Amino acid sequence: MSKIIEGLKYSESHEWVKVEGGVAVVGVSDFAQKEMGDITYVDMPDVDDEIAAGEEFGALESVKAASDLIAPVSGKVVAVNEALEDTPELVNEDAFENWIIKVEMSDPSELDDLMDAAAYKAHIGE
Amino acid sequence: MSEINNAELQKTCLYDRHVALQAKMSPFAGFMMPIQYDSITVEHNAVRQKVGMFDVSHMGEIFVEGPGAEAFVNWIFTNEIRGFEPGKVLYGMMCYPDGGVVDDLLVYREFAPEHFLLVVNAANIDKDFAWIEEHAKGFDCTVRNESPVWGQIAVQGPEAEKIVVDLLGLKEAAGLGFYTFYDTEYMGKRLIVSRTGYTGEDGFELYTSIEGTVDLWDRLIAAGVQPCGLGCRDTLRFEAGLPLYGDELSPEISPVMAGLGMFCKYEKDFIGKEALLAQKGGEIVRKLVGIEIEDKAIPRAGYPVELEDGTEVGIVTTGYHSISLDKSICFALVDKAYAALDTPLSIRIRKKVFPGKVVKKRFYQTNYKK
Repeated sequence: MSKIIEGLKYSESHEWVKVEGGVAVVGVSDFAQKEMGDITYVDMPDVDDEIAAGEEFGALESVKAASDLIAPVSGKVVAVNEALEDTPELVNEDAFENWIIKVEMSDPSELDDLMDAAAYKAHIGE
Repeated sequence: MSEINNAELQKTCLYDRHVALQAKMSPFAGFMMPIQYDSITVEHNAVRQKVGMFDVSHMGEIFVEGPGAEAFVNWIFTNEIRGFEPGKVLYGMMCYPDGGVVDDLLVYREFAPEHFLLVVNAANIDKDFAWIEEHAKGFDCTVRNESPVWGQIAVQGPEAEKIVVDLLGLKEAAGLGFYTFYDTEYMGKRLIVSRTGYTGEDGFELYTSIEGTVDLWDRLIAAGVQPCGLGCRDTLRFEAGLPLYGDELSPEISPVMAGLGMFCKYEKDFIGKEALLAQKGGEIVRKLVGIEIEDKAIPRAGYPVELEDGTEVGIVTTGYHSISLDKSICFALVDKAYAALDTPLSIRIRKKVFPGKVVKKRFYQTNYKK
């Protein structure tokens, strides 16, 4: 069973969003990190990059494969988790504690297109 | 592999064992194979530091026998088997007349005169056997595809000899040099103990009956030997500079392009010789190189290789963030003008370009038994 946290929003491509005022904290779900296996690299955007909901903003790399990170919301990147540059395996250790980027949302209504914990649980079939 | 139809996927004799071990299973070369049991890193390190074992029962075993067997094998095989003694194993390729590769394979010279075993890639068994049968016409020999009745386990790593000799009781294995084998019996059937592998470490490949393979596997598991999947088989072979058919060798990538000309012997005749000689003489466009980049980003198959000004000069064939070396490295096919060591070349990874340089393809110092 994968860990799922109540109160977060989830995308079909397994990103989670924690809303802190007008800022979305974005990471990947525990289910996603388990599916990927050992994460060896996190390709992140730069601060001040604009990202668009539904579009790729980076990638997670495991030994075997690269998996695109898809933006759950649109906006401007205001922070990237620099700890992941040297220790990407933190995502395996705790996918919820170790966020990837923070985004200043340009359209918070996009959050309505995301799933809640119960819907995400059904989505991953657990 | 273009089309994958689950209904047509084959299973090796150890399939039930993999499922019981909760391996992550995936289609490979027409077989449902274990990708990993634990993590790829754990399995990779087990082989580099201690010992691990692989189910390689999907590989193909084709036997060639008869008075004309040596002449025939030497005609279809790029390496030279004349003067090569019983009990020895030789690596090489079968090529098309244009120098493209039908398959890369091991040739075992058996102890009976004019008996050879050809071990071929699983994905190519049917194609290879058809090729071999067709070209055997006119030679006084018989060819048999016995792939379905043989299992194979690779025991690899610095402690492989201890496991094979002490645990399995295969005493004569201790005396084998790299790329040699001996025959014995296991559960009443033939067992071939071969000091070969695909990891860059010392190790053995054990070929025997289906029943014998299952029994050997259970004994190795009971002794705590780490089962290893195809995931780390690829990371290990890659670090050791070993090609994978389909990635670094193919109908379009000849041994000369892949830098494997040392396995082609031009003092004899073989299919593809004229084309390979011409390529060796300069008629090639691209060569396979190693590239190391200065970042943890990972070059993957299909990513473009570029010059500083953005001109595309090649393509990645296999790449990893190397587990043993902690470096991002890849094999790439590049225009031969840029194939010299230390040539600056960049890899485009998604939106970013990462500078790097050409390095030796054998990234990892191999530890073969002398």
